[in-house]
Amino acid sequence: MRTFNQGGVHPPEYKLTADLAIERMPTPARLVILLSQHLGKPAKPIVGKGDKVKKGQLIGAADGFISSNIHAATSGTVHSLEERWPAPTGQYAPAIVIESDGTETWADGLNIDEEKPLELSREEKLKRISDAGIVGMGGAGFPTHVKLNPPKDKTIDTFILNGAECEPFLTPDYRLMLERPAEILKGLEIAASLFSKDTKIYIGIEENKPEAVKAMEKAAQGGPFTVVSLKTKYPQGCEKQLINTITGRTMKEGQLPFDVGALVHNVATMFALYEAVAKKRPLVERVLTLSGMEVKNRKNLIVTVGSLVKDVIEHTGGTTTEINQVIIGGPMMGKAQYTCDVPVTKTTSGILLINNTEIDSLRERPCVRCGKCISACPQGRQPWLLADLGQQRRLGDMPGCGLMDCMECGSCTYVCPARRNIVQWIKYGKAVNAARKR
Amino acid sequence: MAAEPDRLIVSYAPHLRSSDSIEKVMYTVAAALLPATAASIYYFGLRALFVTIVAVLSSVLFEFLMNKIRRREHLTCFDGSAVVTGLLLALNIPASLPYGMVILGSFIAIVITKELFGGLGYNPFNPVLVGRVFLLISFPVAMTHWPAPHVVDMVTAASPLGILKTDGVAAVSNLSFWQLFFGEIAGSMGETSSLAILLGAIVLFFRGYITLTIPLAFIGTTAMFTGIFYIADPARYASPLFHLMTGGLLLGAFFMATDWVTSPMTRRGQIIFGCGCGFLTGLIRLFGGYPEGVAFSILIMNAFVPLLDRWDLLSLKSKREVA
Ligand code: SF4
Ligand code: SF4
Repeated sequence: MRTFNQGGVHPPEYKLTADLAIERMPTPARLVILLSQHLGKPAKPIVGKGDKVKKGQLIGAADGFISSNIHAATSGTVHSLEERWPAPTGQYAPAIVIESDGTETWADGLNIDEEKPLELSREEKLKRISDAGIVGMGGAGFPTHVKLNPPKDKTIDTFILNGAECEPFLTPDYRLMLERPAEILKGLEIAASLFSKDTKIYIGIEENKPEAVKAMEKAAQGGPFTVVSLKTKYPQGCEKQLINTITGRTMKEGQLPFDVGALVHNVATMFALYEAVAKKRPLVERVLTLSGMEVKNRKNLIVTVGSLVKDVIEHTGGTTTEINQVIIGGPMMGKAQYTCDVPVTKTTSGILLINNTEIDSLRERPCVRCGKCISACPQGRQPWLLADLGQQRRLGDMPGCGLMDCMECGSCTYVCPARRNIVQWIKYGKAVNAARKR
Repeated sequence: MAAEPDRLIVSYAPHLRSSDSIEKVMYTVAAALLPATAASIYYFGLRALFVTIVAVLSSVLFEFLMNKIRRREHLTCFDGSAVVTGLLLALNIPASLPYGMVILGSFIAIVITKELFGGLGYNPFNPVLVGRVFLLISFPVAMTHWPAPHVVDMVTAASPLGILKTDGVAAVSNLSFWQLFFGEIAGSMGETSSLAILLGAIVLFFRGYITLTIPLAFIGTTAMFTGIFYIADPARYASPLFHLMTGGLLLGAFFMATDWVTSPMTRRGQIIFGCGCGFLTGLIRLFGGYPEGVAFSILIMNAFVPLLDRWDLLSLKSKREVA
């Protein structure tokens, strides 16, 4: 079975929602749509208070090259423009608040049925992707039209669909692969058609999801796809590890996927891309998993972007016992929230409600030099050293020890018996070093 | 309950941690040492039990006192590492050793070797071995008079390695392999029964707390070193098998050379570390002044650990540099 060349861990899977079909959650009466749901500059608001908007209408325009469009996720009235609204990243972001009129009327020219989306011109495809505000929905939120338009001197020969979904608890991609395989593959084909004809298209799925492998294999029959089943190991779904697994190529420090001729796309992104190009539907809703041990009704839901986390919790009936943590994303890389007022964004793949009883006993001890973090690090780094440098405030020395090579997957922290907050020190080092450069 | 929780804790990702903690690891190691401790009680009687209890209690007590003196906010004396130190120390000394010396050994191990260097994680040398070597040098007579197994009134006898050193190969030829394997020989409390030590080592291996790199390199090198001489002159040198089964080789290789804090962190360093220990052990046993060299050789190799780790760091850097 194929897997990446070094490191990795095996956290428990907890895919409690794997057998639950995707349901639609009704759009709440009020949506808070963040203008920064992507990597890069926040979008510029182009509507004012009291304006009437329709579903899919542009309300925030991309600002600069790396940025993305933001759309009204339902029809209604602009209630207010907020300067600071709590965002799932833990920071604040500007936001547009919309009161829904309950009709969900699409704006003109959207929600059409394109007969042959594959035969559109390259420019038209890219334009529709960029217009629809498609971003990488696996977490980072990198604008997809930028990713699909790499510098001219880079040749892309490998296209990879990331169906690994290695984070515990999360199942949105898995459910999409079971329920919408044809659309995902069409999206993938459209994206790959932007490159040369002999670009190889791989579909990587972890072997703990045999149903998904079957569904995708069936849908892929006769198409230009190769389905690869991957060994179940965290972080199989990180870009660098997936590329290494499938092509055998290794990305050096500072390299991007296109430097090694590969592009990796997330399942949800490809589904959204299909809808953008073939139906001219902007990215205004997404599938997410609401899970956790104490949750009453765990669900895979289609949620309108801009719904608040508390709306989602209310919709599903809350939890059986008191919980003390709300995490957006997966348990390995997700962010703990301080309020349930954060809205769902394009990159929210899961909401976890957790009663963390261990949290008080997680006291950092000195490194006992067990070497577990080294063998767990998929980037072949020495995480303990980065944590040491961080603790000693020798932050300037950190880049020389592979700081930027770390993708914050959390494997090192997961295994550390001394319970050191290694990733936290690494993030701290990255933030301070970035600030110093400026 | 209300749909919306009112008190949320913000903490760092990852929110999942593996169940291994220092406490769990240390108490598992302690449990893995129990077969060896039980064997020593079986062979050397109640006195062995008392020595073990004294060693463990005094180790924990010394760590507790150091915690207080250093004004530690959180006590570390119950995290299990002091218990392991005590158990290992007891296994490294003769069951007949006076209690005062046992307590002195704990003092050297916990206070001097570990806490004065900063506590668990910061000590460059293996505390137990420093304790043992300190006792050996200070009280050579008491430390080399081993009680014979199954004798009630503590008749002392020389250990097989001691006999080998003083009387030559012929004097130990009456010891059978099975005697050595089950531990029916004179020696320090835990060094005698190879079976009990291997049982514990298997537990640690399957829990993932030790890798086999260091023990195999260590044992393999000693076997090779002593084997070469055995083949050259079987009348003067004992067989490698005899060397593996006697003294503290197995205990040292599986439980002390693998100590996380004082051994290299990556594979290449571990191989060199293990081979170095094995070579020095063979050298001391065949040509040194002491019959047994495991403790010395591990301590000497401990000193090389920072160097070996540094080497790994440097080669890692050059390997991943941007082309
Ligand atoms: S978080 Fe960084 S240092 Fe830690 S295992 Fe992942 S890549 Fe390695
Ligand atoms: S896993 Fe933790 S204790 Fe072990 S070497 Fe890494 S930082 Fe140190």
